[in-house]
This record gives sequence, structure tokens and C-alpha cells, in this order.
Amino acid sequence: MHAIETQGLKKRYGAVEALRGIDLRVEEGTIFGLLGPNGAGKTTAVRILTTLLRPDEGGARVVGLDVVREAGALRARIGLAGQYAAVDENLTGLENLEMVGRLYHLGRRRARERARELLAAFELDDAGGRLVRTYSGGMRRRLDLAAALVAQPPVLFLDEPTTGLDPRSRLGLWALIERLAAEGTTVLLTTQYLDEADRLAERVAVMDHGLVIAEGTPAELKARIGGERLDIRLCDASDGPRAVEALAALAAVPPQVFDGTLRIALRARQGAIARAVRALDDAGIAIDDIALVTPSLDDVFLELTGHAAEPGSGDGR
Amino acid sequence: MSVAYAASDTLVLAWRSLVRVRRQPDLLVGYTIQPIMFVLLFVYVFGGAIRTPGLDYEDFLIPGILVQSMAFGGFSTALGLSDDVKKGLIDRFRSLPMWGPAVVAGRILGDIVLNVVQLVIMLLVGFAAGFRFDAGAGEIALGVALLLFLGYAFSWVFAFLGLAASSPEAANAYGFTVLFPLTFISSAFVPVETMPRWLRWFADNNPFTHMVDAARSLFVGTPAGSSIWLAFLWGLVITVVFAALSVWRYRRAVSH
Repeated sequence: MHAIETQGLKKRYGAVEALRGIDLRVEEGTIFGLLGPNGAGKTTAVRILTTLLRPDEGGARVVGLDVVREAGALRARIGLAGQYAAVDENLTGLENLEMVGRLYHLGRRRARERARELLAAFELDDAGGRLVRTYSGGMRRRLDLAAALVAQPPVLFLDEPTTGLDPRSRLGLWALIERLAAEGTTVLLTTQYLDEADRLAERVAVMDHGLVIAEGTPAELKARIGGERLDIRLCDASDGPRAVEALAALAAVPPQVFDGTLRIALRARQGAIARAVRALDDAGIAIDDIALVTPSLDDVFLELTGHAAEPGSGDGR
Repeated sequence: MSVAYAASDTLVLAWRSLVRVRRQPDLLVGYTIQPIMFVLLFVYVFGGAIRTPGLDYEDFLIPGILVQSMAFGGFSTALGLSDDVKKGLIDRFRSLPMWGPAVVAGRILGDIVLNVVQLVIMLLVGFAAGFRFDAGAGEIALGVALLLFLGYAFSWVFAFLGLAASSPEAANAYGFTVLFPLTFISSAFVPVETMPRWLRWFADNNPFTHMVDAARSLFVGTPAGSSIWLAFLWGLVITVVFAALSVWRYRRAVSH
């Protein structure tokens, strides 16, 4: 059974078509990434899957439950951590988690126990008695994630979990998400960050303007825009044409040269660097630098959409 | 969803809204110091200059000022709801298997508790300043019930403002801009007979005048006229209209 399954999800806000027919399947116990720029429809998809929003057309099931008709039962089986740390600033960390536990109807005792467990697991036990308004951004996100886990949900939705976090907090949160998945939780996360999807997700759906424009493992998506390549910087730019000739046997397509740098799409990765160095050495061409480059999801995005994933994003990452 | 869960969810969220007051000193001042200050200012500063035939000014004032404080009692609901929507906390609540209306019901129950506390504080200050009940126990009890009912009705006004305004500050500003003149152009602080004719027409028909006249009649025995049933009717109208508006805004706020 799939933990998450959608069929032709559509949602419009007035004149804006936020989702134009989304089909997703997420295997149990895996991390699935919804990747796309702002406005691609990622958050709308998550809001439908977490019962906050009704789709206009199409349907979705999470842990086998229909998100519209069985919304009540479904809410007990999912956790949601949103774009903003949805925690009450005027409560302590412990009180926040206890409140969520009570609203999951765990009972007073169990809610408190669970709150303490989670504070310890998220390294917030020292801060548990402090008001959340004194917490750092990273601590709030951790608390928010902890709140999503109060009922030990089999499926967890994370809407841009690391947006606005400093690099150290990001790494910490990534490790937590990986640990949850390793323990069997199915995780659907949305992100604008290609490195985040690459690092965490087993499968990625790339979204743009309300549609899934590509889906696969990060490796498959990278393979779609060609394999590895060699970037070679020559000491002397005028050696360019001779270098192209010397390396022709390695290249899948004719190498490109600009400004004394050669870019060669490789036929095969195996031994490519050694062969290139030998060929250039035999031809008496000196090199300044040589690098084997694996395409990033950035390249995938640019290739698929014709525009960059984060146009002018200036959030300091 | 069982009734027990609905009740427990409402209580949990009422607790949360009460804790918030204790943790935010500015709210605490709003609920305690401000009403005390109002009683003292009116009794000792304005009181000497205001003639209230047949009644000591303290006895005239306290019912009016109680109605005014009940009207403003809901402002923390406005602030809180607006904040919850803005910060995404509403989404968290809605993704939980809880009783949905508890988000608003919890706030309003919290307000009722705060209104009781405020009522007690103001009556104590009123007694110290010379106010005395002049009515039977049944009438006094009905008066207290009327005040709490009006406080409940106005909670809905503020709930609507909180959901409709762009920020907690804006919600607060709207509330005060509308309610402040309304409470003053009424029989709460001065006899309406002293007002210019055109303003008196407004004051006579102002729902606050009916509410204040009703409270005054039930607490110190002034003639009630039709004020008591009109006060309850206005409370009901305000509740129905603003509860409907709040539900509409709430649905809109969460449907995108």
C-alpha cells in the first residue's frame, strides 16, 4: 500500500490555478520531496493532504484514508510542521507539547510524558520550562517538529522545514528527519532547496506552476540531463583547439571550449580523469585544474523549467 | 467527535488563553489596573462635577462602567485570534483531531473567566469608593448574568475583528475606535439629559444606553422602563450577527 496517493488533484483560487492535476504515489517509510519554486503549488498540495483544504477536483488518500470523507480519522494519523513554527510564544516548550498532546486526546498524564520524551529527543529538555518567545529560530523549528510528532504519526508532512534557518540548524534538522524515516515514518517534505531534496529524499517530484514536471530518484533526475562531465582549465588558452582534438575519444558530444576552459560530456566516467591527463600530457598541453562534475538538481531544474529554481532568492543561504 | 472531547478541547484552549494573560504584562494591566483607574478617575475627578439627580454619582457610575468594561473585555480574543491566524497556529489546530470550534470557543470561555475576575475587582473598588447595591438578590443576580452575557456577546465582536483585521494591532485599533465613542455617548457616565438635542437622540437609541440603564436598574433600583429586555435583545442580536460574521471570516481565513 502507498502511504500517500493522489489522483488528478486540482485547486484554484479565483483566477489562479494553484494545482492543475497532481498524481503522486509515496511508498511507506520513505522520504518524498516536493521540489519547486515559490508559487509552484507545493504548499497547496500539502494543505490538501493534511485536510486543511478541500480539492476542487481529484482525490487523495493518506494511510488509506480519504482526505475529505475521512478527514477526522486521518487527522489522528498525520503530523504537520509548517512553514512557520506554529507554536505558542506565550507558553513554555513543555506546555506547547502538552497542549498538542491533550488536543490529540492522549490524556493529561500521557500528554506530559510524551512532551518530556520529545523535549529530550530534540535536545530541548533544558529549555522546556522557558517561554517559547525566548527561543532561537532553530529551537522553535525543533519544537514545531516535535509538536508534529506528539501522536507518533505514521505519516509526517513538512512544509519547507528549513526555510530561514542558519546552516548549522539546517544540518541538525536534516539529521532528525533522516532518523525519523529510518524508524519507519513516511515523510513528505516540500522544499525550494535542491540540495535539501538531493540529500534527504529517496524520490523527488519537481513542481512548476501547479504541475509535476518530472519525478524520480535524485540520480534519475540528474541522469535526465546527461551524465558526468569533465571541466579542464588550461594554462594557456591558445591550446584550446589542440586539447579538443586530443580528448575527442573521451567525449560523448564535441567538447565545448570557452576562455581556456574545456567542458567535456563524458562517454564513461571510469578512468576518465587519468585518460584525459595522459592524453593532454602526450600532446604537451599544460593544465591548471581538472574536475569531474556531477550535475546538481539545480541543473535539472534549469533544464526542465527553463528558469532557475530560486530566482533572486536572498534569504542568506 | 464526542461531547467529552469537545469539552476537554475547549477547556485546554481556554487554559491557554488565560495563561497568555498572565504571561503578557500589558494584557494583565488591561484587565486589572485599567478598570481600577477608570473607577477612581470618574468617581474622584469627574464625579464632583457631574450632577445625577436622586442618585450618588458612585451608584450612577458603577453599573455604567461595568457595562463598558464587559464590552472591552473581549479585546484579548481579538489579539489572540489574529495572532493565531497570522502565525499559522490555526493550521496546526486544524490538522489535529480536535473539535474545530474549540479554537474560538476556548478563547471565549477564557474571556468569560476574565470578565468574572474583572467584575469582582471593579465591584470591590466600587465598594471602597462608596457604591452600594440597592436591589434584591434576584435582581442583582440577573444584573450579573446580564453583564456576563453582554461580555460574551462582545467577545464575538472582537473575534470577528481579530479574524478580519490584518494584524493584532489593527484589530485593537478598530475595536477601540468604534466602541469608545459608543460607550461614552450613552447613559454610562453622565445623564443623557445634559447632552445637546441631536446627540441625545443618538444616546437614547444607543444600545449601550439600554444596557447601562438595565444594569443600573437591576443594581441600584432606578426605573427600568423597557431597558432590561432591550439589553438582553441587543446582546442576542450582537451574538447572532457577529458569530455568523466570525464563522464566515474564519472559513475565509483558512480556505487558502
